[in-house]
This record gives sequence, structure tokens and C-alpha cells, in this order.
Amino acid sequence: MSRFAPRDPRELEAIVADAVAREEPLELIAGGSKRGLGRPLQHPHTLDLSAFAGIRSYEPEELVLTAGAATSMAEIEAVLAEKRQMLAFEPCDWRALHGSAACAPTIGGVIACNLAGPRRIRQGAARDHVLGFHAVSGRGEAFKAGGRVVKNVTGYDLPKLMAGSYGTLAALTEVTVKVLPAPEATCTLALAGLDDGAAQRALGAALSSSHEVSGAAHLPAGVSTDGARTILRLEGPGTSVEARAKALGHELAAFGTAELMGDAASLALWRGVRDAAPFAALGDRALWRCSVAPSEGPALAALVAQALAVRHFFDWGGGLVWLAVKDAEDGGAAAIRGALGRGYATLIRASDAVRTSVPPFQPQEPALAALASRVKAQFDPRRILNRGRMYRDL
Amino acid sequence: MRMPQPDAAVISRRAEIAADLARIVAPDAVMVAEDERRVYETDALTAYRQSPLVVVLPSTTDEVARVLRYCHERHIKVVPRGAGTSLSGGALPLADGVLLGLGKLNRILEIDFANRCAVAQPGVTNLGISLAVEHAGFYYAPDPSSQIACSIGGNVAENSGGVHCLKYGVTTNNVLGVELVLIDGTVVRLGGKHLDAEGYDLLGIIVGSEGLLGVVTEVTVRILRKPTTARALLVGFPSCESAGDCVASIIAAGIIPGGMEMMDRPAIHATEDFIHAGYPLDVEALLIVELDGPAAEVDLLIERVEGIARSCGATSCRASTSEEERLRFWAGRKAAFPAVGRISPDYYCVDGTIPRRRLPEVLNRMTALASEFGLRVANVFHAGDGNLHPLILYDANREGELERAELLGAEILRTCVAVGGVLTGEHGVGVEKRDLMDTMFTTVDLDHQQRLKCAFDPDGLLNPGKVFPQLHRCAELGRLHVHRGALPFPDLPRL
Repeated sequence: MSRFAPRDPRELEAIVADAVAREEPLELIAGGSKRGLGRPLQHPHTLDLSAFAGIRSYEPEELVLTAGAATSMAEIEAVLAEKRQMLAFEPCDWRALHGSAACAPTIGGVIACNLAGPRRIRQGAARDHVLGFHAVSGRGEAFKAGGRVVKNVTGYDLPKLMAGSYGTLAALTEVTVKVLPAPEATCTLALAGLDDGAAQRALGAALSSSHEVSGAAHLPAGVSTDGARTILRLEGPGTSVEARAKALGHELAAFGTAELMGDAASLALWRGVRDAAPFAALGDRALWRCSVAPSEGPALAALVAQALAVRHFFDWGGGLVWLAVKDAEDGGAAAIRGALGRGYATLIRASDAVRTSVPPFQPQEPALAALASRVKAQFDPRRILNRGRMYRDL
Repeated sequence: MRMPQPDAAVISRRAEIAADLARIVAPDAVMVAEDERRVYETDALTAYRQSPLVVVLPSTTDEVARVLRYCHERHIKVVPRGAGTSLSGGALPLADGVLLGLGKLNRILEIDFANRCAVAQPGVTNLGISLAVEHAGFYYAPDPSSQIACSIGGNVAENSGGVHCLKYGVTTNNVLGVELVLIDGTVVRLGGKHLDAEGYDLLGIIVGSEGLLGVVTEVTVRILRKPTTARALLVGFPSCESAGDCVASIIAAGIIPGGMEMMDRPAIHATEDFIHAGYPLDVEALLIVELDGPAAEVDLLIERVEGIARSCGATSCRASTSEEERLRFWAGRKAAFPAVGRISPDYYCVDGTIPRRRLPEVLNRMTALASEFGLRVANVFHAGDGNLHPLILYDANREGELERAELLGAEILRTCVAVGGVLTGEHGVGVEKRDLMDTMFTTVDLDHQQRLKCAFDPDGLLNPGKVFPQLHRCAELGRLHVHRGALPFPDLPRL
């Protein structure tokens, strides 16, 4: 076992080039908080990118921040908070799910995994906020793409390709992200006692309103400790939030009387939804995150419940279904993927054995899988970087 | 502008190719006569013209797939075309290439209010989508100024923006899925009504790929509920510096306006003479700041922005009090291009993005460059996101003026890159900025981009001659230089 820790892009190029020559794959790590995601790797070498850390520039008025890919999220969030700004895609923190509480998530890891929280419905995912990057590809060559301004269509949008590629195409060394102002005030409307179907309709009605809802989740009884709660988040200047909460509550009167929660309670509640906190304690269960058309969420959950011992909750207006499956040899893969229409189901947490035998990422239809392989072959022809992390053959 | 050398052998087979294509699509959907082909010789970058080999107008995805398969098997180049409104020459035909027009694929296939999305064929106009969902109070957010004519397929190819994109995002942030035909005729679906397709984000790279990776035959877009209120402020400044300060201060105050547009003195005068929108003429820069959203928020933010504008030295500031007044504020800006067209026989619209704080120096440099080239420039500017649209005034009938205008445009774009900006914010690279790509990217950078092309189109048949200054064969790009043996850095930390 070797652990390589390059100090600059030139050393990183040399290490990757050498690994290419030896045809020995490298596992990429920095903070190491997300090693439980994807297929488990057992490569002889790890490539530790921790040295590529530090904020290079932050210009609040330009809405742009450039940082080494291994800069910790804690550092970035602290710097942004000072200027009352944020990463609007609300990056998830799943350390409690993966038992990696001692690790420090990095901006590069967040982008490589394209993680996004409840605000995804309004502000997009990590992919929508990556403006540019520097990296070393699996060919052992340093390259860059994108830019450092918020609007740019010069060349292919490779920043999007890097987002969600789990380090299988290139090792990111520096990233530029778009940042946005943080809301002045936050409030949550909570409807009580709705079943999944009614809850999804309430979320849909709220998202179709003009009140700029920035979070729309449903926690069924059992997941929410005091009975089912259907929750809607409003953000903005205080007077605006107040007026919209009143109007939205009125528009949703048919679903019951909404209870109002203020800033502190809202922040804690939505952090919990973002991080799937209700499932963190259910350590023996396999966790799935399924993305479907919002109106199809309840039907998916119901179908899965017929086959498995499962708990669930919804985010993204019903379009994101979290499932916690008990006692299934395959983690519930067959039942869940069988019940899925269009969309995908990702195995977020399971034992190494399950994540080896069951594809954690939704298997792709042959033409798409072939296309993905061709993309991989162009950036990393010898499959040096995180070989097998996403799909066995990638 | 050098395009790839046309293949005389392919051109000599024009009639045969047209006859073959007429067996795939309806016979009247193939155009081979010279006067019919000439209709397609240019897009909105009219300085470049080239009649295509033949024009084919398929009506279904299957026809698109069969046309592409045919061309792939016979090694014939293909140039896809939407409505032909590209400002960068993205749809410029090739003498030895089939022009694939998507205009007949012009139906909206589905409107799904429950999932807040619409599914449209590529030939539907941008505005057509908004009109189709308007009755329920919805709209499609990206609004390029050509929106009455430009097609959603073209928007996907170019990743089009618009005046509202700082708040609502550009095309890529509003597209949920596409059906895509690859050059060999394979049909794949990327994304859908759900968010975030898993696996590599191929949807993300198709958007903005300028027709080089595949042909989009169906698009699923996110639709939004219209904001209940929109109000605009019209603010005059004694200098572009103070207007720029105001923009930065608005954003630093945590306000993201629905739209924030700036015009310089020449643009203000040209539009006011034309539209009589009531713009102040004694100012150097004019800002239109539009706040949209819930009424309570808009009224509050209008007040805040007014305060910021005054503290930045605004010499005039008016807030719209009616919808009619708001539209009047916008009328001048929206007519800026034709207004400039009135004072000059021709104009050339440049499109670069800069970090906003560099605006004063870029404007000064532009003024210096313009006088050096003996041409006038009027500036309209998406101030919120730093996207500049200098309009270079020239007269194509005067010997050498077009060439001078193009050289000035190139110098302006080089200036954008030099201050940390980019060559194009929303119009695309196309043929127009192709040869400037090396001001932003190294050979290694560009090789990595072209390798992506190799994954989709290894023979380089789709829209060749666009985006990349030099075409490399995929075999050559794929070659791996292996440094075998000991680590070149023996002192590397191996922990």
C-alpha cells in the first residue's frame, strides 16, 4: 500500500503518469468523509489530494469563490458566512450516515459527488454552481476548463462533467464556484397529519404558487417523532417571509392549519432533512436516495413498502424519496429498482459486501453505459482514477 | 475564416445524396436546388455565408436518426440548425455537409403542471413554451432577446441566457432532460422529469455543445410560476464607475435582482432618439434594475436599491409605479439593437463576460481601441452577471470596415480574457470566436475538450469547423504518452 501526497500539480501529474505506466489504479481521497459512497475500492495506492487546500480568492460582489479542491467545507462556509453568503445548493453532510464524523468534507468532494440539499428545487445542485476548475486527468496532464465569472459558454461545460463523476475522470486541484447571498430570514410552515398522497399534493401546490418555496419535504409519522409533518420553507427579507407565509398558509387551508416555525427551529429542521438525520440512527438499515418525477414519489414509496420493511421520507416536493430498508440481503435493490419508473435509485449506505454485489448507482441502459465508457476512456484511458468507484466497468 | 477543406468527391455526389435522403424523409423535405439551399446559407452572423450540400428537414426522431446513420455510414458531415438565430455562426453550413434543419419538429408534446415541466420538440420557439403554459400562470425563465424566433433546440445547443438569468439561471439550469440522437443514429435519453441524472452529467455537457456532440430531438424544461409583482428602477449616473459601484453594492447587500441592465452614453442616446422611453440624456450610464417576486418583497427591495443608488451618486432615480411605466423603462433597452441599427448601416454585436469590478477599465480600454480602429462603439451590458454586449458600428459598404470591426471585436474579447473574463457569455463560440480560443485555453485544455467530442463523434462529422481552432484526429488525441519506469520524482512523499 502506498499513499501518494503530491504537493503541487506537477507532482500530481508525475504520480498519475507513473500510475498510468504501471497500470495501477489510484483511490482519490482528501477529507475522506465520503468513502462510504459508491462501490468500495481496494486499490493498492491512495492519492491524497489534501495539499490542494486554501481559499485562493473570494469576491463577494462578483459572487465568485476560488479554492483549492481540498479546502474544507467548514473553512469555506465560515468565510462565506462572514459576508452573509452561501453555497446555495445546500451541500449535504452525510458524515453521521457514514460514521465519518472525524473527517472533514472538502469542496472538491462535494462537487465530485454532486451533492445537493433541499434547496435543489430552487437553486440547482452542485453542478449548477461550479464555474470552473483545474485538474489532472487520468492521462497525467494538468488542464483547466470553465472560467471565473458567473456567465460563460466558452467551450464544453466540463465543470458539469466533473460534478458527479466521483473522481473517475480527473483529480480536481482547484475549483471556482458561484456563491449567493444568504437569506435574511427563514420560516417553515408545517402541516400535520397528512398521508403521503395528500402531502405530495400540498407540496406540489406550494411549489406551483408564486411564493418562492425553497424547501418542500414530508416526514411521515414514525420518521417525524410527533406525527406526520409536511414542511415548506420560505426564505428572504423578514417582511417578505412573513407576508408569504401568511398567504401560503391561506392557499393551503384545505390541507389543514399550518404551524409556523421561526429561524432557529427552521434551520435545524432543514439541516436534518438535508442530511437524512432521521435515518442516521438506523445504523443497521440500507439507505437509498431515489430521484423521480415529484408526483411519482408516493407511489414509489407505497410499492416498495409492499415488498420490504422500510421507512421513508420525501424531499424536493416528492421528487426525492429517502428509503431505509431493514433486513434485505440485497439492501432492497431488486424491489426498489423494480418499482422505479423513470429516475434513479442510489444506494447511499450499506455494508461493503452489499455495495460490492449490488450496483450502488442506478445501472444505465446499454447505449448510455457505452457512451459513459467512451467518455471515461478519453479522460482516463487506463482507468487509473477511482477505477470501479461508480460502476464496475468504469 | 478558414473552414475545413470541402471534399470535392462528396460535393460531386450531391444529387445521389439528395435522392437517398428523399427516401428517408418526405421528398419535399429535401432541398437541392441552388436557390432553395441559399435560404440556409447564413444564420444571424450574416457576415459569413455558405450554401450547404443539401438541406434535409426531418419530421420525426426516427427520421433524424436515419439521416444521421446514413451520413455516418457514408462519412458525410452534418450541420444541425434550429431557427438560425445564432450570433456566432453556429449554424453556418458547409459546402460538403448536409444541413439538418429541425424546424419541422415543432410541437409541444406534453405540459405537466403537476411536475412543473413541459416537453417540447426542438423547433418550438423559446417564447412558444411560455405562451403554452401562460394560461396557468407559468412561464419558461430563460429569455434570450431573440425569444420570439429562436428555438428551444438552439437554446440547448448554445446554452442561451437572457436578461433574467442572474436570478433564474441560463438554459442549462432550466433543462431537465433531452432525447438525443448520436451521429450513428443511436437514440438516448438523458434526464427526464426527475432532477440530477445519475452517472456522468452528459445532459450538462450537451447543453452548450453547439451541435458538435449530437442532435437533440426532444427537450424537457422546468417551468416556473410567474412572479406576482415586478417593478423596475431607472437610475442615471454621472460615470460608468459610479454605475458599476452601484451594481456591486446591490449584490453585496444580498439583493439578486430579476434583471439588471446597463447602457452607456452612446446606447442611451441611440435608444432615446428611437423609442422616446424618457431616458435621461445628461448621464454617462443608465441602470435598469428590476425586482420581481412577491409584492411585499419587491416594494421593500425597491426602497433599498433606491437608497444604494443615491449613496453611489445617482443623479436621477425613478421607480416604476405601474406596469405600463415598467415596460416603458424596458422598451429602450429592448430596442437597443435596432436603435443602434438606425444610426449605423451595420453593427457587430460582441459578447464577452468580465468580472464586474473591472468594468471601468474595460470601458476605457474599449474607447481607446475604438478610436484606434476609427469606429464607434455603443455598450449594452447585462450588469448583474458581467456580460458585455459592445455594439461596434460600421458600414459594410466601405472597403475594409467589416474587417476592422471584426478585429476590434477580437481585441475587445482579448481584453475581457486579460482581466479575468471569458470570450463568450451567451452567444457561443461558433466560427466567430473559434480562433480566439487559445487566448483562454492551452493546447492541453483544448485537447481535453476535443477528446469529449471523440467520445460522441469519433469521425468528427457533426458541425466540424466550429468551436475548436484546430481539428485533431481522435486517434492522435487518444494516444497516451506513457512514461514507464521509476517515479520521476523519487523524493515524492510515499507515506
